[in-house]
Amino acid sequence: MGNPNVGKSVVFSRLTGTHVITSNFPGTTVDYSQGATCLGRERVFIIDAPGTYSLDPTNPAEEVSLRILNEADIVVNVLDATNLERNLILTLELLSRNVPLLVVLNLWDEAAHTGIEIDVSRLQELLGVPVIPTVAVTGEGIAELASYFSQDVPVPEQKNYSDEEKWVMIGQITREVQTITHRHHTLRDLISDITIKPITGIPVAILVILVSLWAVIFIGEACITYITDPLFELYLPIITQLSEFIGPGFIHQILIGELVDGGIDFEQSMGILTTGLYVPFGIVLPYVIVFYILAALLEDSGYLPRLATLTDTFFHRLGMHGYGIVPVFLGLGCNVPGILATRVLETRKQRFIAATLIAISIPCMAKTAMIFGTIGQFGFLYILLVIAVLAVVYITIGMILSRFIHGECPEIFLEIPPYRTPRLNMVLKKTWMRIVAFIAEAVPYLFLGVLLVNILYATGFLAWLGTVLAPLIVGWLGLPEEASGALLTGFLRKDLAIGMLLPLDMTAQQMVVAVTTLTMYFPCAGAFAVLYRELGFSGMIKSVIVMATTAFFVGGIMRFILIGI
Amino acid sequence: MVVSVMELEEGKTAKIIEIQGGHGMQNQLRSIGILEGKDIAVVTHHPFQGPIVVKVDRKMISLGRGLACRIMVEMTS
Repeated sequence: MGNPNVGKSVVFSRLTGTHVITSNFPGTTVDYSQGATCLGRERVFIIDAPGTYSLDPTNPAEEVSLRILNEADIVVNVLDATNLERNLILTLELLSRNVPLLVVLNLWDEAAHTGIEIDVSRLQELLGVPVIPTVAVTGEGIAELASYFSQDVPVPEQKNYSDEEKWVMIGQITREVQTITHRHHTLRDLISDITIKPITGIPVAILVILVSLWAVIFIGEACITYITDPLFELYLPIITQLSEFIGPGFIHQILIGELVDGGIDFEQSMGILTTGLYVPFGIVLPYVIVFYILAALLEDSGYLPRLATLTDTFFHRLGMHGYGIVPVFLGLGCNVPGILATRVLETRKQRFIAATLIAISIPCMAKTAMIFGTIGQFGFLYILLVIAVLAVVYITIGMILSRFIHGECPEIFLEIPPYRTPRLNMVLKKTWMRIVAFIAEAVPYLFLGVLLVNILYATGFLAWLGTVLAPLIVGWLGLPEEASGALLTGFLRKDLAIGMLLPLDMTAQQMVVAVTTLTMYFPCAGAFAVLYRELGFSGMIKSVIVMATTAFFVGGIMRFILIGI
Repeated sequence: MVVSVMELEEGKTAKIIEIQGGHGMQNQLRSIGILEGKDIAVVTHHPFQGPIVVKVDRKMISLGRGLACRIMVEMTS
């Protein structure tokens, strides 16, 4: 065990050969992982505990750590060698626990690089337990660490200190074992300064975000054209045969859906095995993969904490803090991973605000395509208008929610690590694990969504709701009556709604009102399902009420401004 | 002169003499390396009530204003 972000999980995966990721996202390891390794004839079970600053638990991750500690035969305390002083507080607390203890000084190479030298044998004497320097990412020192498992590790002499005494002890120990040589300013320090100061940092941040988004769109589209679409072309004859085999009927409706012009249309058929497979794997996944790779690069290079600091001024006003940028960024690809990523925020209140705002005003790739597809014909200015309205809504609703929802909004408080060159294998491994998690957590919900639309459609519920809501859409939003059907289909499927809006022959202003309302008032079924998962039933209901109210309120205001009475 | 770290100008260094607030707040700050007796330098203030970036023992740390105003420092002219 050890402090957050010191490389515990990397040490663990080196020892066991298991794939565990490192992450600057707080709380990656809330669930612990365990693995086994063989030493000689013996099997040793190793548990990777969540990061903790002290044995005085202040959050769920730390409670888990404490429980694990109570059952351990040997405790391996991983320390960040570049940060000895602050890491030692946990070590001193562990020393008072009466368990055999091994101290690992990880990131040994980085310490040497920044000019920190630690006298290992002296530290060993002072602590009274073995101390092993390691570089877990390369595996240096891991063999030595493992060799201790087969020996009898002595139980350290039990010492109990008060809080004040501990800090005094730590001061003494660090002064005695650590020498810091002065180091000249390097290029990295310069880049670090440029990217953290607001005057230079904000333009850089905007550039980074724009380049990232461009890369996502460009690479994502290329993946769809050259990889997933050809794969689905291969799948088409198989599913067409199945369709003929089943024949028309209820099962066909659910599995295959409607035939468009006598054939299967992956985007519009709406069957579980057609649209239900195509949307998550054919369209969403390519974008999500690119988003995840970029997120991993930003994270591993050390840029993310800087970006979080720069955006904190903005997000703090909305009740969140700088890490609020992470879900927004992922949400632009697909709201589902965006909402899942709200876990980087600490409190329930912050997560509620972040998730609700994503669902209202962060258009995912499908929604963006819808906006361009319907409004593009009227000119770029109208698209800009929609985007501007979404941005204003994001800020306004965020400020309102942060004022009226109960709960705490912890401030930004994070360490900004030095820049590191991301290691390709780590980035790929991390991306892979997140994609697996995305498929496991999100795809079932997307399936469920498609199933739900089918049932609502088949039972005529949507048509009924359309007639009930028609007066609101005609009277309040100033749209033709036929638009209500499209808006309701958009309840669950935004992309289908485009096809229904286009033939209605609306003016540019009407289209802007319709599309903005459609974008805001409800996420797709998949996002809806993860909202339920992340916020619970009552949280989801509240979130949906906020969305629907906002959408119709803003839509109405836009109508009066754009179309008049 | 004793002031909070918020009042320290960009690029200036001062010694931390007190961390105000409850036990939890003190330990939170200490655990990241902000302890009494250490030198703290202000890397940058973000405008519009944004966070402040400080350096303690060559570690850069971003702090919200609410936390930063509890760190009292002694300015050595």
